[in-house]
Amino acid sequence: MNRHLLSSGDLSRDDAILVLDTAAEMDTTLAGRSIKKLPTLRGRTVVNLFFEDSTRTRTSFEVAAKRLSADVINFAAKGSSVSKGESLKDTALTLEAMGADAVVVRHGASGAPHRLAHWIRGSVINAGDGTHEHPTQALLDAYTMRKRLGHVDGLSVAVVGDVLHSRVARSNVLLLATLGADVTVVAPPTLLPVGMSSWPCQVSYDLDAVLPKADAVMMLRVQNERMNGGFFPTIREYSRRYGLDARRMAALPERSIVMHPGPMNRGVEIAAEVADSVRSTIVEQVANGVSVRMAVLYLLLGGPTDSDASLGEGEAR
Amino acid sequence: MTAWAIEGVRPLGAAPTTLYVDRGIFVADRPTGAQVIDADGLIALPGLVDLHAHLREPGREDAETVETGTRSAALGGFTAVHAMANTDPVADVAGVVEQVWRLGEQAGHCEVRPVGAVTVGLAGERLAELGAMADSAAAVRVFSDDGRCVHDALLMRRALEYVKAFDGVIAQHAQEPRLTEAAQMNEGEWSGVLGLTGWPAVAEEAIIARDCLLAAHVGSRLHVCHVSTAGSVELIRWAKSKGWNVTAEVTPHHLLLTDELVASYDPVFKVNPPLRTQADVDALREGLADGTIDAVATDHAPHPLEDKETEWGCAAFGMIGLETALSVVVATMVDTGLLDWAGVADRMSVRPARIGRLPAHGNDLAVGEAANLVLLDPAARWTVDPALSASRSRNTPYAGHELPARVVATFLRGRPTVIDGKPA
Repeated sequence: MNRHLLSSGDLSRDDAILVLDTAAEMDTTLAGRSIKKLPTLRGRTVVNLFFEDSTRTRTSFEVAAKRLSADVINFAAKGSSVSKGESLKDTALTLEAMGADAVVVRHGASGAPHRLAHWIRGSVINAGDGTHEHPTQALLDAYTMRKRLGHVDGLSVAVVGDVLHSRVARSNVLLLATLGADVTVVAPPTLLPVGMSSWPCQVSYDLDAVLPKADAVMMLRVQNERMNGGFFPTIREYSRRYGLDARRMAALPERSIVMHPGPMNRGVEIAAEVADSVRSTIVEQVANGVSVRMAVLYLLLGGPTDSDASLGEGEAR
Repeated sequence: MTAWAIEGVRPLGAAPTTLYVDRGIFVADRPTGAQVIDADGLIALPGLVDLHAHLREPGREDAETVETGTRSAALGGFTAVHAMANTDPVADVAGVVEQVWRLGEQAGHCEVRPVGAVTVGLAGERLAELGAMADSAAAVRVFSDDGRCVHDALLMRRALEYVKAFDGVIAQHAQEPRLTEAAQMNEGEWSGVLGLTGWPAVAEEAIIARDCLLAAHVGSRLHVCHVSTAGSVELIRWAKSKGWNVTAEVTPHHLLLTDELVASYDPVFKVNPPLRTQADVDALREGLADGTIDAVATDHAPHPLEDKETEWGCAAFGMIGLETALSVVVATMVDTGLLDWAGVADRMSVRPARIGRLPAHGNDLAVGEAANLVLLDPAARWTVDPALSASRSRNTPYAGHELPARVVATFLRGRPTVIDGKPA
């Protein structure tokens, strides 16, 4: 593993499988315990640096770090000097001076974690940057698929919705391809990036054509600002063409699962009866998120300390 | 004022000879008391002319001043520099262009030719007093809202028509605004991967096509700034084939760098128009070689560190380039066999001087002409160190790059501005 987790593309197949296996170990170790806590990261400091509101991701990382006995500092941009115009660099230097061993960063600008990694010695974990990536979301999605369906290799996965602006889609396409899944992204042409030929996936405009062979369908959230951005005529038309309702769900193979990274727009990209159906993994995804983030923190921080060699190594990006 | 004998020099790469300079001009015979410069192995070119630089004064003296910018230009071999109008206050009245021109005269490193804004405040709403700027002491001939596109078709038509009265030219920053809202980098393979809003080639090409047609319709002169796409080269080639009065420039960075560099998210590579693909780079080199593109212009755009040491999306657009321009052209055009030294002189001095209407620049190194020249060592190689730049800013994309060819001396009207690679 690299010192940082900035992009799903940084993970080799072995790295990714190690994270998933470690997450499974975390689950097994903690199962049935009344005190859900491991001493592994005692004395290490994990900073949650969130420039955007994201209660669910921040909480997930916080629970993960606390279950590993790390000290957690929540550095929310709104309550800090960042809102007074402090630069990302100064924030980074401040965290560095406080001795952060890992910085979990959520930022509205694509590439902000890459910049941050230039300025601090600790590990940087990308918890979502702009319209770029969200690698731990992809890891928890792969973990969920593996738990439900037994494997990821060879699965047919449809990723449906606003691929152009989705960090979840980018991270999932890269990671799922690394793990050997057959990925198809489905979206109206206006919500697909230009020049996708290098992406390790297929592209379709037709959800109905893709569903009958999909082992997993991942529905992406339609952001409010896209609804009025002229990317499609109306929200109802989007929902008719790309929403997953009960009728469409019936076209899926019997064992197929329905995923959503949350938060959902019920009745827009996913109908309520689909979200609440037995195929839905949405609540499991949240639980799995904690296990996967524990695995990532453990693998980036839990190895030998800086004075030792090997695991602490990684190129400064 | 001293007289000079530049011995062993190869004018435009031709056979070694001696050039004599006395009282600001080239002379036939060795002047008495001439100071000798051993120029064995050096090439002489007419002093370079930059059609496009941001000297930032007035308003952003923290990034650059006319003095530091033109010192940097002289070190790069330039004897004339056009200073873009997007200062604060904007160079949209005679007073501002005269101020910039005077600052250039006082600094004495280069002839500074202020560019006048096309529209008041660069707002794209109504014409600035173009005639007043043309008639001022600064004698403005090039007008541009650079940084912004004159996107209103009727306003662009009027501007093209109006400047005919004083032999002006409109230098267009071709960027269709609606197609480039919040744009961060070239729209293509990498923008999709990196999750950065795309700046599509069509946004440049659509404006160029329209402006060529407008220039033809009103019989005026159009200059296209910093052409960056293969499609733009084709359009300009087409316009020239019709005999229309259209000229174009390309920046050194668009001849060398590609959008793949953005994968680092290092804003030193953030520039407008953005770095494009290798296919675009190849087409730009070919266009410059065959003369479709008339000139190399630096688009020298200094920014203070804090405007670049930031997230990509918040960072300022632009790169400095005056001191590296000639070397990058040698690397991309001479070392590749696309241009000879006469070709370099043509694209970096002769044609830009004609486009900017600078009679004292871009001439043959011939007796009676103003002694504006640069001596360069074609065999030298050097490594770019931003800290050594005379510019007040450090935002060069070439830090640590080894580049060919080095400016040894620059003469402005017979007076050295650079000697032994250092300010004279």
